[in-house]
Amino acid sequence: MALDRWISLIILMITMAYGYAAFFTLDVGLPPFMQRNAIWPSTFPKVLAVLAIGCALIILLGKGESEPKEADIDYRRLTDYNLGQALLLLAMMAAYALMLRPVGFLISTVAFLTVSAMVLGERKLQYLLPIAVLATGVVWYLVQQVLGIYLRPLPYFLGTGG
Amino acid sequence: MLEGIMIGLSTAFTFSNLMMVIGGCLIGTFIGMLPGLGPMSIISIMIPVAITIGDPSAALILLAGVYYGAIFGGSTSSILINAPGVASTVATSFDGYPLARAGKAGKALTVAAISSFCGGSIGAVLLMIFAPALATVALLFHSSEYFALMVVGLSAIAAFAGTGQVAKALLMTLLGLIMATVGEGALFNMPRFTMGIMDLQSGFGFVTLAMAMFALPEALYLVLDPTRSNNETGGEIKDLRITRAEAKEIAPVIGRQSVQGFLIGVLPGAGATIASFLGYAVERNIASKEDQEKFGKGSIKGLAAPEAANNAACTGSFVPLLTLGIPGSGTTAILLGALIALNVNPGPRLMVDQPEIFWAVIISMYIGNLVLLILNLPLIPYIAKILAVPRNYLIPFILFFTMMGAYIGQNNATELLILVGLGICATVLRFADYPLAPLLIGFILGSMLEDNFARAMQLYDGIGFVLERPMTMGLLGIAAVLIILPSYRARRARLRAKGVADGD
Repeated sequence: MALDRWISLIILMITMAYGYAAFFTLDVGLPPFMQRNAIWPSTFPKVLAVLAIGCALIILLGKGESEPKEADIDYRRLTDYNLGQALLLLAMMAAYALMLRPVGFLISTVAFLTVSAMVLGERKLQYLLPIAVLATGVVWYLVQQVLGIYLRPLPYFLGTGG
Repeated sequence: MLEGIMIGLSTAFTFSNLMMVIGGCLIGTFIGMLPGLGPMSIISIMIPVAITIGDPSAALILLAGVYYGAIFGGSTSSILINAPGVASTVATSFDGYPLARAGKAGKALTVAAISSFCGGSIGAVLLMIFAPALATVALLFHSSEYFALMVVGLSAIAAFAGTGQVAKALLMTLLGLIMATVGEGALFNMPRFTMGIMDLQSGFGFVTLAMAMFALPEALYLVLDPTRSNNETGGEIKDLRITRAEAKEIAPVIGRQSVQGFLIGVLPGAGATIASFLGYAVERNIASKEDQEKFGKGSIKGLAAPEAANNAACTGSFVPLLTLGIPGSGTTAILLGALIALNVNPGPRLMVDQPEIFWAVIISMYIGNLVLLILNLPLIPYIAKILAVPRNYLIPFILFFTMMGAYIGQNNATELLILVGLGICATVLRFADYPLAPLLIGFILGSMLEDNFARAMQLYDGIGFVLERPMTMGLLGIAAVLIILPSYRARRARLRAKGVADGD
């Protein structure tokens, strides 16, 4: 079975769970006065669930086989590509998300930019570090000072940094 | 009217006001390039500055410059790194990014700048002439028509799908609509489908989803396949100029989409997003067979259409604001706030009581457009140089900016985890050749669609409104045709490929 059918199967299961929630659990706590309305919170989701299940079934059981477009990535040979780098970068992003609050914006961003560039093969730290520090500083200044959106600059034990 | 134009011109053409508009354009362009900061947020940031100026005309001129600058800046990030930070520039990235990848980033930005300029200018002229008349027409649109209009917009997505892909595009649209129902809606005071997760209480963030659907998979593709980032030109910027033939090609597109975009923009609540999607879909459907093939792969028509429509719609959204005092979009709502703070009351009396304000707004929109074009055309080669940044630096920065976009909107680190998760899903979907744009469009229109549907249902106490309102029925009919037509065409093509004779 091709990947797109597997995906349609997964989507089918998601929409079925969604449909179950829409049909059977969503209206349980509906106050009586709202039950007199022409539209319930579950009306629209019910319609969507039915339509989506239909669509997913069409793809799952349909005949159409799509060929991979040229110049795009062929998932059947995924290991031929730099899969490791991509996964490492995703892990970096997740780590960044978790570090942003406790470690503060400045340190985590510099670390993120430097390490991701090194994951990609950059070795010239003498350029990389100054660029990362400068970019972090500029973005922080813009977002925090000019736009007034709060970003905690320093680790949590060093205060809030105004 | 001529007298009014003269009043407007004389207010706008002072040295300090021109400096305002230039400054506004520059600020707007550069901040607008950051994904996640759209015109709405930038204008709201600039309001305190504008109010301290004191003079309403000068303040409006500054804001108009910021507004247009921000729109252009948003298109820049869509074109260069496939990161549309605002809903209305999503359609820009469909063709703008492929153009940039083909080494024609300079040309793409030039086309975008010129189409936006034309769209905005034509919109301003139309606004001048038709504002009072259009205001009454816009009031004829009730929630049921809005609902139908959005169904048309969603069905037009079938236009984005290639042959045999209609089911996939529809499924993605439905998935987008489903994602839009997560969280607490405006009409029902109850959270839906949050699975008890607090962070989903307010639903998925638009910027998060846009970044996860477009920018992140693209960045991952660049990582996976290093040959992708070395485009043939080696980062050199060529083809900045538009040839005469290309100008001829896009001129009618810009003309049509400016008018259509303006008319859609006039409807309160429809706005620039729908205008840009519909503009793209319409142009794709009426283009010739060869041109249709190019859409989505770097067609300048496909880039010009949403850009012109988007800007014309932004101008059009000033019609209900200035004539009725109804803000039709988030941005105009913020502008309304600014106007009230400046002691100007938009409404039917504005044109009579304070004609100088009314005309200053229109003229300042026009000047904002013009200055933006003059400022940005020389800047384009430098902006396009972003793509010449070495890959090892570019990719971490793209990832960083996508995360910043998602983070500063919500100020919530969980948003970043959601971003990464959705980004992985989107990449897998892209492997399997599922179109991602419909999902995002469905998500954007989803809440509006449901709100209007619910309102219509409540007003007519049931589904009867479809039959009672001919305009609704007409629009829904168009939608049905839009869905059925591509699959019918695909079926015909399949039959023909098999050698079955046409049954016409």
